[in-house]
Parts: sequence; C-alpha cells; structure tokens
Amino acid sequence: MSTLGASTTTTRASVEAALSGRKRDIGGKVFSALMMSALLLSLFILLILLVSVLQEAWPVLSTRGMDFVTSNTSQIDSRAGVRQGLVGSLILIGFVAVFAIPLGVAAAVYLQEYARDSRLNRLFITNIRNLAGVPSVVYGILGLVVFVQALRSITGPDVYGRSYISGGLTLAVLVMPIVILITMEALRAVPVAIREAAYGVGATRWEVVRSHVLPYAAPGVFTGAILSLARAFGETAPLLLVGAVTGYLSSPSGRTPAEILQGQYTALPTQIYAWSKLPGPGWQENTAAAIVVLLVAILVVNTLAIILRNRYERKW
Amino acid sequence: MASMPIDPKVTATSLAGNPRRRRKEALIRAGLIAAAIVSLAVSLAIVLSLAGEALIFLSRVDPSTLWSGIWSPRRGDFGIPVLLAGTLWVAVIAMAIAGPLGLGAAMYLSEYASPRVRRRLKPIIETLASIPSVVLGYFALQVINPQIVQNLMGATNTFTIMAAGIGVGILTIPLVASVAEDAMHAVPDALREAAYGIGAKQRTVTIRVVFPAAISGVVAGLILGFSRAAGETMVVAIAAGATGQAPLRLNPMLPGQTMTGAISSLAIGSDSVKTTDVTAVNPFDALYFVGLLLFIITFSLNLVSERFVRRVRKNY
Repeated sequence: MSTLGASTTTTRASVEAALSGRKRDIGGKVFSALMMSALLLSLFILLILLVSVLQEAWPVLSTRGMDFVTSNTSQIDSRAGVRQGLVGSLILIGFVAVFAIPLGVAAAVYLQEYARDSRLNRLFITNIRNLAGVPSVVYGILGLVVFVQALRSITGPDVYGRSYISGGLTLAVLVMPIVILITMEALRAVPVAIREAAYGVGATRWEVVRSHVLPYAAPGVFTGAILSLARAFGETAPLLLVGAVTGYLSSPSGRTPAEILQGQYTALPTQIYAWSKLPGPGWQENTAAAIVVLLVAILVVNTLAIILRNRYERKW
Repeated sequence: MASMPIDPKVTATSLAGNPRRRRKEALIRAGLIAAAIVSLAVSLAIVLSLAGEALIFLSRVDPSTLWSGIWSPRRGDFGIPVLLAGTLWVAVIAMAIAGPLGLGAAMYLSEYASPRVRRRLKPIIETLASIPSVVLGYFALQVINPQIVQNLMGATNTFTIMAAGIGVGILTIPLVASVAEDAMHAVPDALREAAYGIGAKQRTVTIRVVFPAAISGVVAGLILGFSRAAGETMVVAIAAGATGQAPLRLNPMLPGQTMTGAISSLAIGSDSVKTTDVTAVNPFDALYFVGLLLFIITFSLNLVSERFVRRVRKNY
C-alpha cells in the first residue's frame, strides 16, 4: 500500500505541475487547510483537556505528592487519596487478564483458523462485532443480574454480591469481544504461505497455529490484549451497576485473598466519578489529581503496548 | 527409473496419522469451540437478563405512566419520551461535533497527509480514543460548560445537555475518523489515478471520486458514532445533570436526562432494595426496561452500519 501511495503522490505532483503551470489552486489549498484544521482541532482539544486537568490538579499533586497516591478514601478532602481505587482497578484488570484474554484469543483462533466460512460462523462473527458495540452500561446490567444477583453465593455472600469478583467478571465479559476482534485481525494478517509451508511438512492444524501462526501474530495479539486492559482500566459505568463503592471504603487488614476478592471494592474511575459530584474546591482538585493518576496509568499501559509491538515486529 | 516396490504394510489407516496426535487435535478443537461459544452465551445472557426483568417490570407498570412527560421513577412516573428526547439531543449534538471533525480528519489522513505526517498524526487520534469517558465528563462539567456553553451560548445552568453532548462528541471523533479513514483508504488507487489522468485537481478527486466511492464506510462510521453517542454514560451522568427525576424538555441549554443517565442514577440510588409487596412496581426495575430499550436501539444501529461496511468490502 505504501509504495502505491508514494507512486500516486509523485504522479499527482508531476501531472499537477504540468497542467496547472504556475497558477496556484487557492480553493484546493483552502480545502486542504480545512481538512487539516479538523485534525488539529482534535489535537487542540486534547491539549486543553490535559492542561486544564493538570492546572486544577497541581495544588494537590505539588503539596501532597505521593501521599495522595498512598492514602485511603476519607471524608476529609485534604486526607483522601486514591490508593484503594488504584489497587482496586489493578485487581479488576487482573480478572480481565485471567479470563477475557485467554478466552478471547482461543475464540479468535477457532473463528479464524478452524471454522469454515459457513452461514452460522458468519452469524457468529457478526454477533461478536455487535457485542463490541453494545454500550458498556448494558454490560453493567448483565453483571448486575448474573454476577451480583444470580451468583451472589459465590461472588460475595456478605456484601450482596457487590465484590471484586462481580466487577472483574463484568469487565472481562465487556472486553472479550474486543480481544476477539483484534486477535482475529492479527491472525488474518499472517500470510497463508506460512500455514501452507507448515502443513506441507505434515503439521496438524493445532501445530500450525501454535508454532507458526500464533508466534507471527503475537505483536498484534499483545497489542490487542494490552489495549483491552487499558480500556477496562478506564471503564466506569458498568462498575456503578455492579456496586463499586462510591463513598468511604474501609479495607481492614489481615484478610485472606479469597475474602478480599469477595469483599467490597472500589476502582479509580468510580472514585473520580464520586468525587466529581462532591461540592467544594478541595474535592474538585482531588478529582483532577485522581484523573492525572488515571491518565498516567493508562499512558504507561499504552506505551507498554507500543514498545512490545515494536520489539516483536522487528523479529518478523 | 526402476519402479518402487510397494510396501505391503502401508494401508489407508496408516496414512491417517498417529491416533494420539489426532486425539490431542480433537481435544484442542473442542476447547477452542467452547471458548467461541462463551461469546455467544454472553449475548444470550444479555438478552435474557434484560428481557426477563424488563417483562416483569412491564407486566406490573401502568402503561400510561410510560408515556407521561415526567421521568420520576420514585413517584411512579416512567416517562420514556423524556429519556428518548435527552438521548436524541445528546447524540445529535455529539454527531454535529464528531461528524465534521472526524470526517475532516479522516479525509486529511487518507488523502492529503504524507506517510510521514500520517505516522505522526495518527497516534493523536488514538490517544484521544484511549481517554476514559469519566475524564471527558469532568472536562465537560468543568471546562466546556462554563467556557463554551455559558460564555458563548448564554446558558445559565451548571449542568446542560449541550455540554454533555459536546463532551460525548469529542469522545466519538476517533471512532468516526477511524472507520471513515479505513473506508477511504480502501478505495483503489486506480480510481484516483484515472481522475488525475483526465486532469482533476486533488480536491475534486477527494470530493467527487474518493468520497462517493467510500460513502458506505463513511455512513457506517456516522451510524456507529451515533450509536456510541447514544450509549455513552459517564459524560451524561456527570455533566448533564442526570438526576432521579426530570420533566420533558426540548431545550438543550437546560439539564436533562438520557437513557444511560437514568440507568446510572437508578443504579447508584437507594431504590435497589426490593419491596416486600411482590405485585408492586419496583422503581429500580425500570432500569432493566430502559436498558433493554437502549440495547435494542444500539444493536439495530450497529446491524445497519455493519451492512454498510459489508457493501464497501463487496465493491473492492
């Protein structure tokens, strides 16, 4: 594609120069500037967003620094911190990593490498594409009915089902279609010749997938997995439905891992939401500071995705 | 060449391969199918959990309260038109922002930007896409509403549908841009070269050749954007003044309630306690009905857009 694009550009330039001579195409320039300004305006909005959040967050971040990151929730704005939210969000995306990514990759391998192009399978793929477009709040309702209410005895008998398990599984269900679609895309990009070469020396289908297709598709699969973790990290609406705590949360020490997972939880984005509703400049600054923490975390995850992608792409 | 003696031990069954290897193959295949079926189970679970609870709600509620002009579940007013009007306003305002900006950015990236510029500018759009909606909600409330909606448009409220719509629009730009860019990128270079060959300017080629050829994809992007905007929750929950009750308002400069906002405010409210009277209407159950409505609307929009995308693929 890129060589084709380059040749069009040179063809265009030479033909244009020959035809228009020295006359300049003002309308064309204006049009091109208009298109570019659409892009630059998006950049500008992003910039304003970051600057205004940083400005608002600065007093908290500069005076409290790491204390803000390591403090628990509190009723007093000058003592509240995001530790529980940050830890909660990390545990929640742990569920996504453990459930959604392996299942999603496996489903993608089946649909792309095993399934025939039958009507049923096409319906399957259409269904997954649509699932990826279902609003996240609807997944919240699913989590509420299935994990919080129906499976309460497993997910959290003491907290009415409003536990890490419910929240984590809801997020896992939410990002699974995205994992499937991105993985399928990565598998599709592996040249057929590679598969044929492996079949040619007598490999079974699974051997072809495991030792040839998956390694070559790895950068794409990794990127997809990490981006879906970032997506889960920032999701708020479904967590409100499956009962993330929006107020004060006590986290007693000395609990077993199972007790923690079945216990009450909060997440960084839900904390941001709750704080944004509280009155007073102190809470507004806290909200902005928490947003900075969230954005930094997502930026780190995204950068990790890009580094991984680049490293593996060089091999191939 | 001497003819090879046929080994009498080679039979049809010995060509079938190692039985252990085949067993393993079948096992893995079954595992992968199971993973793919989980995704189908998820969509079934969504439909069942929404439909079941929504039907219970519908069987108890007085139908006339569904068409009233007031949304106030606690008082038994479930005015769906209030939510539909709010959702429509937010989606329309969002598309007024994301449509031109997204399409302009897509056109610039696909037709005007050199590969080098493209590589540098595309990450900006991707960064915008990775910003969590709760952050945009804060931005809409703290910056867009006071600076733009109040200053430039003369609104006086702290919460407005307009600010929420603009915030949702910013969130939707990357989606519209990427779907439209994919579609324009897929237009074969031969079409462009043919147009240049008969002396067309770049602007003419973009508007009269590439754009019409990619129109299905562009429309798909706009529909997907609309669907995404209708399902966006956090921006509305923070910036639109989505509270437990709202009258039917057609003025976007006032606070309002959308379907997603109604779901989230019901979810965090204290109505979730089931009443002991099993025949009474539980206000909380309205959440399922609204969720089902939202699901049906976004799902049909996604199906329509999928059809448009397929048309692009068929052509090229």
